Amino acid sequence: MPVAVRELELDLDAFEGPFDLLLSLVLREELPLKEVDLAEIVIAFVEHLAGKGELDLDACGEFLVLISALLELKARAMFPEEEAELAELEPEEAAEELARRLAAYRRAKEAAGWLRGRLDERRDLFFRLGPAPGAPKPERRLAPQPPLKLAEALRRLAIEPPAPSTSHMALRFPPTSRFLDRWRSLLRRRTRLDFDQEVEGLSRVEVAVAFLALLELRKQNEIAIAQSAPFAPIRISRADAERSHLWSSSATPPARSA
Amino acid sequence: MEQFSNSASPLRLITTDVAPAVELARTVEALLVVATQPLSREELAAAAQVDADLIGEALDILTDRYREDASGIVLELVAGGWAFRASSAASEACARLFEKPVEKGLSQAALETLAIVAYLGPITRPEIARIRGVNVDGVIAGLAERGLIAESGREGDYGAIRYRTTPLFERIFGLESLDSLPRVDDVGADVTEIRARLEAVAEKRPA
Repeated sequence: MPVAVRELELDLDAFEGPFDLLLSLVLREELPLKEVDLAEIVIAFVEHLAGKGELDLDACGEFLVLISALLELKARAMFPEEEAELAELEPEEAAEELARRLAAYRRAKEAAGWLRGRLDERRDLFFRLGPAPGAPKPERRLAPQPPLKLAEALRRLAIEPPAPSTSHMALRFPPTSRFLDRWRSLLRRRTRLDFDQEVEGLSRVEVAVAFLALLELRKQNEIAIAQSAPFAPIRISRADAERSHLWSSSATPPARSA
Repeated sequence: MEQFSNSASPLRLITTDVAPAVELARTVEALLVVATQPLSREELAAAAQVDADLIGEALDILTDRYREDASGIVLELVAGGWAFRASSAASEACARLFEKPVEKGLSQAALETLAIVAYLGPITRPEIARIRGVNVDGVIAGLAERGLIAESGREGDYGAIRYRTTPLFERIFGLESLDSLPRVDDVGADVTEIRARLEAVAEKRPA
């Protein structure tokens, strides 16, 4: 029994509870979206999917719609509104613009008055109205069609098309935590990593989750990420050696590489 | 001008040898009585298979015959063509038998929108809304349903739909063409007046 997306339990810094409550709080503007970490919601959803072990396409679709709406709302909230630019017109210009619009409207009103008068003048005039008959058109004739041929054509249309295969979508969602652990243990041994090298041979989904885990580590200031240009190799390094013991489970702080 | 001297047919008192213009006038008259829409000089000429210049003379004969006070049928130049209508003397009788559904119950909002489309068309809905200061979707739909306005292409390739007035609009409002709309008074003086009023309101407002 798939769990509806809206019932997804969330445990975020700014909010704890089901997803649909979060949605309604955001829509009622009781919870500022700026404080909600949307990436955490994505992680929670991905892990929820991984926990179930089967891909619920309906749930994924609904989730995508909801999360993209939230992202758009958040993006809008973070940038100054376009309306503000209009409001920034100088008072002098704004008055000019307003007067211009009022004058245009007055002109429309005056023209409407003239049309009304014209209708009154012509109230007593009747004339024949009808669609334009148009010139006679040459008749188009179809060649005689044998009924059996028609039935054959219809039969082909009536056959149900084969159901599309979704086998390529049977994806496994590895939990983010697995990749968190993996990155941490790799960084315990080496100070610098190349993302592409480390994820080589993984499936597309695994690469995506690995990247998500990387972002999570970056957010927690455990690592630094650098990329010299779009699509250039992504270089990962420890944020700093001093704090590295915070994520090292071993009692001895890892040795700095020489 | 009857020619009694034609000895070849002594029994015929009415000759068929009429002037070509009168003959053409009969044809034009017939075309107009069949038409439900105004016919332009060119359309009449094409149907009668004569030169457009000749149609003018025929129309002169007909406008003289079909005029108010002389006939129950009046010939008028409207919406870029010629059409018959009933004389205003017969309006009460006509009203007992027929309605005028196209112009019946046109609201002020509809007339203002119609005026904007007539003067500024082809024009898009957002542009009309900007002038009227309110949403005009419903009004536009109503006017299109009455047949007074129609779609006329788009702004750019994929932009908003533009609207223009139809020949029916010109006919209902008795316009020869859109050029016969009167010039709306230049409201240059009004802008100053409106500004002055705006400023007066602004000064009254607590700072």
